[in-house]
Amino acid sequence: MRKSDRLRRTVAAVALAAVLGFAALALAACGSDEGSSNSGVPGSGTSDTIVGAGASFPYPLYSKWGSEYANLNDVKLNYQSIGSGGGISAIQAKTVDFGASDAPMEPSELEAAGLVQWPQCVGGVVLVVNLEGVEANRLKLTADLVAKIYNGDIKDWSDPAIADVNTGVSIPAGKINVVHRSDSSGTTWIFTNYLAAAASDVWTLGGDKEIPWPTGVGGKGNEGVAASVQQLKGSIGYVEYAYAKETGLVTTQLQNADGKWVEPSLETFSEAAAQADWAGAEGFYLVLVNQPGAKTWPITGASFILVQKEQEDAKRAQTMLQFFDWAFTDGGATAQGLDYVPIPEKVYQLVESKWQTITAAGAPVWPQ
Amino acid sequence: MSTLEIDAQTQTGPPRGAAQAAPRVHHRFGDPAFRVVTLVSGLTVAIAMFTLAGVLIYNSWTAISELGLSFLTTVAWSPSSGSYGALAALAGTALTTLVAMVIAVPLALVIALLLTELVPPGMARVLGTAVEMLAAIPSIIFGMWGLFVLVPFMQETVAPAVTESWLGQLPLLRPGETFQGGGFSILTAGLVLAVMILPFITAFSRDVLLMVPRVTKEAGYGMGSTTWEVLRKISLRYALSGVVGATFIGLGRALGETMAVAYLVGGDFLTVPKSLFDPGTTVASLIALQFNEATTKLDVSALIYMGLILFAVTMVFQVLAQIWLRRARRTTGGRA
Repeated sequence: MRKSDRLRRTVAAVALAAVLGFAALALAACGSDEGSSNSGVPGSGTSDTIVGAGASFPYPLYSKWGSEYANLNDVKLNYQSIGSGGGISAIQAKTVDFGASDAPMEPSELEAAGLVQWPQCVGGVVLVVNLEGVEANRLKLTADLVAKIYNGDIKDWSDPAIADVNTGVSIPAGKINVVHRSDSSGTTWIFTNYLAAAASDVWTLGGDKEIPWPTGVGGKGNEGVAASVQQLKGSIGYVEYAYAKETGLVTTQLQNADGKWVEPSLETFSEAAAQADWAGAEGFYLVLVNQPGAKTWPITGASFILVQKEQEDAKRAQTMLQFFDWAFTDGGATAQGLDYVPIPEKVYQLVESKWQTITAAGAPVWPQ
Repeated sequence: MSTLEIDAQTQTGPPRGAAQAAPRVHHRFGDPAFRVVTLVSGLTVAIAMFTLAGVLIYNSWTAISELGLSFLTTVAWSPSSGSYGALAALAGTALTTLVAMVIAVPLALVIALLLTELVPPGMARVLGTAVEMLAAIPSIIFGMWGLFVLVPFMQETVAPAVTESWLGQLPLLRPGETFQGGGFSILTAGLVLAVMILPFITAFSRDVLLMVPRVTKEAGYGMGSTTWEVLRKISLRYALSGVVGATFIGLGRALGETMAVAYLVGGDFLTVPKSLFDPGTTVASLIALQFNEATTKLDVSALIYMGLILFAVTMVFQVLAQIWLRRARRTTGGRA
């Protein structure tokens, strides 16, 4: 029975330890709660960590920029890729230093929320297909065709409307397997805004992050759509260019606003960014799709940064703006390496003059 | 203090005399402390449950008051126009779970019986470990496997074979209007769910089957029963409550599985699937797919309303299982 005695003692000890452990955890939780509410600094991290959250589309670029910047300046960037909507919620709740969104907020919304936004990079959305024997950038599609495929009017690859613009390309007949996003997404926002702008008489579902799709299956995320198109014969989908490039999917040509056929590339995306009239866009609210120009890729979008207009900590705000300033001036090559278009110089000068409206305790935080 | 005395004490319940004070130090400290710890742990679970329910109701109140109970019978999901409905997701959840359970439960039972009764212990150990390892695979891996292996197989082989034969005329197999080839479908998601819940049901069932007293089984054989009769009338009956419990753990997992389903079910929020080959959505996957980008209060609230429904459905199943078990226990003479 000594054994059972010892057992009892052990049980009691373990129980006591568990109770103490719980108590310690609870105290620690309370303690950390207090810590964060006292410091007055949104989010976690020290003044040498910039905390951001939002769109997944620019995530590869922001994280690369972050690691490069950390090597140079000992300032870390912690960017959570939680989606554009999440980024907007997070910056409104002040749980982050900046939010990121693929869909810009309207000037009135910005005003109401006390936020400032600016474009940080530009990227392209491309159409990808899985058609046997059809090579990259051989298939040509007009905005009308894309709209009709996505609203279910055109159901088969043998449709004469497709053949009309694709003389010389042999497209295997068969059902079109339409793939779209099943999650709400900035990519969908850019893509459907393109359809609404370029094929307004066919596409009646508008431009939004979330569409009541009349046909097709939904893939989760860019990677889900890319994988679906890879797996399903006769499928068509839309993804960020980087995903098409990484997965080696077959992209298509598109007819742009000038009626010219263009292939997706950094060059045609840059053309769209250059055509945009940022100076005339209040609060940088600009939908970049279907821009004019002979070499312009029609489905491009900017990714936006959102910050609080009234900063709580001037030094912290400056640290963050220094990072974005560095990204504009020195981050261009990195962006291009990842197939994002850097913001043209004249545009980032506009952006930096906008920064002068950002204040902490009534005083502007930029330029320092 | 002799060993014998302590022995006597523990056997005759709590000690009464002051003469036996020494060993009681531990009793006095150990038992109450243990009682407090168990009570606290038990209460923590209960409090967590009720708090969760409370938080869900509180946060979904905007949607409940605005959309009411018609939320349950409406097919819609359009944050931009503020219309929401859970019917498509509920139907999808029911169908995927049904597919998963119909496949996984019988298979798991057979495997559990095989492991406990029919194969030599060495082999049972190897097979048992394999099943347990299946349980350790993260759901995202199942999602990927489904996406890269099962989806093309379903789209190119299974769906055409079934839908183009007479089977394709049967209800639930006849392609509906939203049929997209069958790759991303209720059936694909259900199949992957079946594989995911199989190890749980198998492992739990095996453990309860192992506890069936050898003597009872041997008595059965002694009376001339066949193996099948012993399995059915002794082992399974003895282990019934455990097996039902295992099934409900599987059911809970199938109802709530998010990632794998989100990748495979096709993400059609606007149709009640008429066929297993149609794409659809489930409550859990819809929440996961929509939550990131939910911005308006109603939007978030509607998603939490969905969560509340899932919570309620799980509770109802648990209660039903308890009632059913109590009845089963009565009919099997209290030993189930």
